[in-house]
Amino acid sequence: MGHVLLIEDEPNIAEAIRFILSRDGWHVTIYPEGAGALEAVRCVAPDIVILDAMLPGQSGFDILTRMRADPDMADLPVLMLTARGQHRDREAAEKAGVSRFMTKPFSNAEILEQVRLLVPQ
Amino acid sequence: MAITALTGTRVRERRLAMGLRQSDLARAVGISGSYLNLIEHNRRRVATDVLARLAEVLDTDARVLGEGAGGRVLDDLRAAAASGMATPEIDRLEDFAGRFPGWAGLVAAQHIRLGALDRAVTALNDRMTHDPHLSHSLHEVLSAVASVRATAAILAETDDLTPEWQGRFMANLHGDSERLADGAKALAAHLDGPAAADPVAASPQEEMEAWLAGRGWHVEGATGAELAGMSEAGRDLSLRWLGRLRAGEGLIAAFRDALRPGSTAGLVICDASGTLTFRKPAEGFDLPRFGAACPLWPLYAALAHGRPVEAQVAMPERRFRIRAFAESRWPEGLSGPEVREAAMLIEPSTDDGPALAVGTTCRICPRDPCIARREPSILRE
Repeated sequence: MGHVLLIEDEPNIAEAIRFILSRDGWHVTIYPEGAGALEAVRCVAPDIVILDAMLPGQSGFDILTRMRADPDMADLPVLMLTARGQHRDREAAEKAGVSRFMTKPFSNAEILEQVRLLVPQ
Repeated sequence: MAITALTGTRVRERRLAMGLRQSDLARAVGISGSYLNLIEHNRRRVATDVLARLAEVLDTDARVLGEGAGGRVLDDLRAAAASGMATPEIDRLEDFAGRFPGWAGLVAAQHIRLGALDRAVTALNDRMTHDPHLSHSLHEVLSAVASVRATAAILAETDDLTPEWQGRFMANLHGDSERLADGAKALAAHLDGPAAADPVAASPQEEMEAWLAGRGWHVEGATGAELAGMSEAGRDLSLRWLGRLRAGEGLIAAFRDALRPGSTAGLVICDASGTLTFRKPAEGFDLPRFGAACPLWPLYAALAHGRPVEAQVAMPERRFRIRAFAESRWPEGLSGPEVREAAMLIEPSTDDGPALAVGTTCRICPRDPCIARREPSILRE
């Protein structure tokens, strides 16, 4: 299975997602803030990034935009999670180059399914 | 009184509605049946005295028979027709309004009501979309719900969960449920509470202002310990303003009377963007909680022109004497950016002379027309 970088500042959500994915065989690394997230992506070199939209330090939208501007990360699958399911947030995520967009609260099966779809094994 | 071409039609409709025969009505009014027949088919103009007698017998107002639906109703019906919800016969609008003034009035009134409801929905949507504190509270609640849902599903669906993981997830669930309860309470208080009586301050500025209001806006003897129950941002902001108010320089020095014990004067300070950064209300001069204030406030004239402004203003219920001026600072030296603020002192006035009509903010201001209105009021009918 692949390597998931989970950029999420809510520790309990991060723990639940890590548990769900780990049981499915994924290796999960958690990074808890926006500041320095881009460096974390470079260092971890994951197969997929699960990215919260609202993060301390730097928003998920900004991180995604910068990722897409970097040739090394331009094609990396990114699943964005947000508590704001507004149309304009979805548009902003799509404009920034998101691969999939999910609103909180999500179901565990749904997040697992999306990760499996984005990183075929 | 104008008597329109459809007066006869309205007479006939009214007579038939009352179940009267043409001959009976003619006799009661004192005219011939053939003359009434010509009137009802709009082939004879009705004399004013005959119309008055017809109205009396038909138990209605002569103006209703003579003029039918007013121009305002016709305008509202045209606007309703233009809404695109259906394709009514525009060419028969006046006929409809004349024959059925009650129904026409109802359609027009419902069109107006629909517009008012549309504006109310827009205002509420604006509040949901642009209020950063509401957005933050919603984010908190949704994040807690997301965590509860994911954790509860793990507990319910994982058969081989070890006691250690089980304990860990149970603790997470407990923490999230408490966070959810607090978030829901804060959200309900934020949505329900009117600006002046909100028991839960929703923003750092509101926390600071609630604290100052509790002290009668008098900072003598204030200590940092009084800020213990505030959020970190609220505490920081309060300390910053406490320093400014104590130093009493510039704008604060000019209007320090507003901050003396027992003062009924209001004081508003805004930054260069027009955002209100300090709001001490005066009774009868409501200050907006969200969004921009009335653009006619002398505060903004002072901010724009840089010279002191003195004016009498009229709120819908009371009058006030206003003094306002702006001040610029260059914290990084003259080559750095200018930091500009304006302040406005609001004192009750008994002056009956000319006064500038102002409001709180367009959304909730009933003044119409207004030369400076930037958006419709949700209070207009």
